[in-house]
Amino acid sequence: MRICVVGAGSIGSLLAGHLATVTDVVVLTRRTEHARALNEHGLRVSGRHDFTARMTAMSDPRDLSDFDLGIVATKANGVEAAAESLGGRFAGATMMTVQNGLGAEETMRAHGDWPLVSAVTFMSGTKHSDSHVEYILDTPTWLGPYGDTPFERVQEIAQLLVDSGLKAEALPNLLPAQWSKLIFNATVNGVAALTRLPHDDHYAAEDELADLGHLVHELVEEGKRVATAAGVELHDDPWEMNVLATKRGSAHYPSMLEDVDARRPTEVELINGALVREAARRGVEAPLQTAVYRLVKAREASYL
Amino acid sequence: MRVCVVGCGAVGSLFAANLARLEDVEVWAYDLAQEHVDAINRDGLQLSGAGDVVGRLRATSDAGALPACDFGIVATKAMHTSAAIAATAHAFGDGCVGTVQNGLGNEEALAEHVERVIRGTTFPAGKIVAPGHVQWDVKGDTTFGPFEPKPAPAGEIERLADACTRAGMPATAVADARGPQWRKVIFNASTNPIGALTGLTHGRVCEDAALRALVSGLVDEGKAVASAQAIELDADPEDLIDHAARPDVAYDHKASMLQDVEARRPTEIDFLNGGIVRFGDEHGVPTPLNRAIWALVKGLERSW
Repeated sequence: MRICVVGAGSIGSLLAGHLATVTDVVVLTRRTEHARALNEHGLRVSGRHDFTARMTAMSDPRDLSDFDLGIVATKANGVEAAAESLGGRFAGATMMTVQNGLGAEETMRAHGDWPLVSAVTFMSGTKHSDSHVEYILDTPTWLGPYGDTPFERVQEIAQLLVDSGLKAEALPNLLPAQWSKLIFNATVNGVAALTRLPHDDHYAAEDELADLGHLVHELVEEGKRVATAAGVELHDDPWEMNVLATKRGSAHYPSMLEDVDARRPTEVELINGALVREAARRGVEAPLQTAVYRLVKAREASYL
Repeated sequence: MRVCVVGCGAVGSLFAANLARLEDVEVWAYDLAQEHVDAINRDGLQLSGAGDVVGRLRATSDAGALPACDFGIVATKAMHTSAAIAATAHAFGDGCVGTVQNGLGNEEALAEHVERVIRGTTFPAGKIVAPGHVQWDVKGDTTFGPFEPKPAPAGEIERLADACTRAGMPATAVADARGPQWRKVIFNASTNPIGALTGLTHGRVCEDAALRALVSGLVDEGKAVASAQAIELDADPEDLIDHAARPDVAYDHKASMLQDVEARRPTEIDFLNGGIVRFGDEHGVPTPLNRAIWALVKGLERSW
């Protein structure tokens, strides 16, 4: 199977690096230097695994030849551009999205009729350079069919990920997992972007009246009410996901916090915005998620 | 009469220097910043800007050096009230002590150490530009009234208001000073932390319709808590917020809490939103947005 990974941030790099050990991988990057570095040095994976994988990389989508599976691993706000660059081509390919938030599949669909696979990933990594990614959390990636994509296709891709050394599971319905992560991300990323606190035990503290855990808990409860109204039964309880993550010992810097610190655009619109819009669509009150959404948007506006 | 200003920062200095101009008032200032104290004793306390004044007074960082005073005017940051009054209470054995601080809970803290307490709210503002020198940015009124559980006599409150007015700091003595206090607290609690969390000036907070709606949500909770205590606000905080957003008023003003956050100083959040939450809990009024904002700013302080 020939795979094209679009976007080589930490998640894209982890996927490309591992998959390149079992199949033919081509990487489409945004920057030319990034593609050049991968072609010259290969991609080093360190941390939980340690190897260097060879792969072909390019920054011009016109140079891409046919592939069987496209994995769009850009940030949520990069999906539109990625879909546009793939649009009208690769008729035989299946496309898979692994973005945070909601809506990536619809964006892909607007640009092509490819069978689509939804994925959410809980693994994490840190990019040390264009050709070096550290594999930090080896938590799984969950995949599910979008629309009428056959489940067998999803299982095949999940198996390939497992063969490459990653943790993956095919689920007949991804919505429960996607929503668990959506609520978790809207809450933890939003709070992190505003408080500048890494995801540490402050997020689970509920001793004092002003402890952050109360707010995190209430944000999660609002999110759960939206999920219920949307007819989604969650795969995992986002509050428990939060507590568990804060017990890992090493504080994780949520991407939205890193974005705000680096004064980059964040994924707030596709994560918090998606949840708040779902709440409005379902007629569910979500005043605290709305407040966090507005505050992060404003924080972004202060530097963009 | 003898007055001691406790905490001779910007606002304290406005009272101290102006009162020192009066023949019949002897002014003392208690402050922990030794350089500031030395400069005041050497060169007088200088105000410039909205008024040019040099006040001759006695300053000390040694509370034991304070003589018995008729009045105390406490002007520390709210988190220092308890320590400041514990150190100076001996000087007010026969006197009355008023607060011109921000927030809720200062009167209660004073009443733990002195018998006659004056509830006060003041609007003038300035900043220390050098030891012994304060830039007077904004003139404004002060309201004094009794702190109901341990009230100062009405005649004494009038005497203090009269002295301030004669000194160029217009002050009114009223029977119920809670209205102006809550109007200012609601204004500050609904705007300052929004600036602190987003980095936006007051004007930019107000012109973002979604963010302005969040401000209104905070104002509404504050009004409900005030109303549950039968407090009549002397003006609508909404009008004051819109007025301040005008380009010729305070559009470009960075809230003091934003300045605190940028300098990584502890904020007064416990006495603003935290105060509204505590009074709300006491009177059975829900304050979910103020609670959320309180937790976010506390979280931000904990990230340093």
